[in-house]
This record gives sequence, structure tokens and C-alpha cells, in this order.
Amino acid sequence: MRKQRRYCKFCSDKVDYIDFKDVNILSSFVPEGSKITPSRISGVCSTHQRKLSRAIKRARQVALLPYIPD
Amino acid sequence: MRRYEVVVVLAPTLTEDDVEQSTETFKKAAEEKGAQIAEIEQWGKRKLAYPIKKHTEGIYIILTLEEPSTEAVSELERRFKVSDSVIRFLTVRVDLDLKRAEKFKARRKMKKERSERTRPAKGIKSEKTVTVAAGDEK
Repeated sequence: MRKQRRYCKFCSDKVDYIDFKDVNILSSFVPEGSKITPSRISGVCSTHQRKLSRAIKRARQVALLPYIPD
Repeated sequence: MRRYEVVVVLAPTLTEDDVEQSTETFKKAAEEKGAQIAEIEQWGKRKLAYPIKKHTEGIYIILTLEEPSTEAVSELERRFKVSDSVIRFLTVRVDLDLKRAEKFKARRKMKKERSERTRPAKGIKSEKTVTVAAGDEK
């Protein structure tokens, strides 16, 4: 029940490239090592959601983010 | 202009000298094949998000390759695979994404400039209409 108006965090910050090495930003979209937050909840626009999910998956490959919650 | 980012995770059991030595060999191997290493970033020891080969920590090194040949990249990857000290590596081509990012940036700048240019023009137009209206009154 969130009535607050959601907006794309990356659009407002004018981020064009989401770096997979930037764990601090990525981890805020992967709550406690579980699934990637869907855009309908986080409010990220589809363009940035695509970039974000790719970055998260890359970060997982090099063990910067977990695949499974611990 | 190709640009690659290579993340290498080394075993935490290595000493600092070992790390330096292995980065040196990687650098040499890449340069022999005609790649230029633009940047070497050392993150040092970091906790892994999940254990790899029974290690819970890893030493992170990030190499940025500028305009490498395909042989250079495959040679590096072959070495990573053979080497026991490398527990994980990832090569990502970044130039296309960065180029897109540049494009978006340029587009945003252009839009901003255009909107600044059109605003004063609108003001002049409205002044003209005012003068015409004044002429009608005469």
C-alpha cells in the first residue's frame, strides 16, 4: 500500500551507464541477496531496469553479490 | 575502439608479492599480443558473496584493456583458466555501452540547449502580437 508517487531513480540522477562493480547501488535493488526487485515495486523505468538486471547478474558472477540469500 | 574490463579474483592465500607478480605477468601477456592496458585497479582483499573453491575471500584486480586484439583477450582468458591462483574471472566489453551513454548525454544536452533557444523566441513573438493589437486600436 504505497500511495507515494514512484519515479526512476536512475532517470532523475541521469545515470546512463550502470556499472556492475558498483555494489552499493546494485545491492539496494537486491534486498538481502534475494531476487532482483521488480520495476513495478522499485519504480525503475524499463530501460534502466534492463541495464540494472544485467549489471546485477554480472556482479553475481564475480561474487560481488550473492545468488542465494544467506 | 574496443574496450574491455577484466575482473580477476585471486585466491586469498597469495602474498602481496605474488599478487604483484601475477598482475605483472598478465600485463606482459596482454601487451605481447598488442593490447594496451589503460588502467589497473587493485581492490585488495574482499569478502566473497559466496564461497568459490572453498575460499571465502578473494583479491580483486580490475584491468581495463584498450583496443586489444581478440588474441590478446583469449590469451589472457587461457592464462586465467590455467592458473591455480585465479579463482574467478569475468571479461566484459564496455565500449558499446559507454558509447550509448555518451549519446544519451549528448542528446540531453542538445534538448536543453534547444529549449533555452526557443524560450526567448517565444517572448519576441508575443511582443509582436501586442504591437499589432496596439495598431488595431489606432
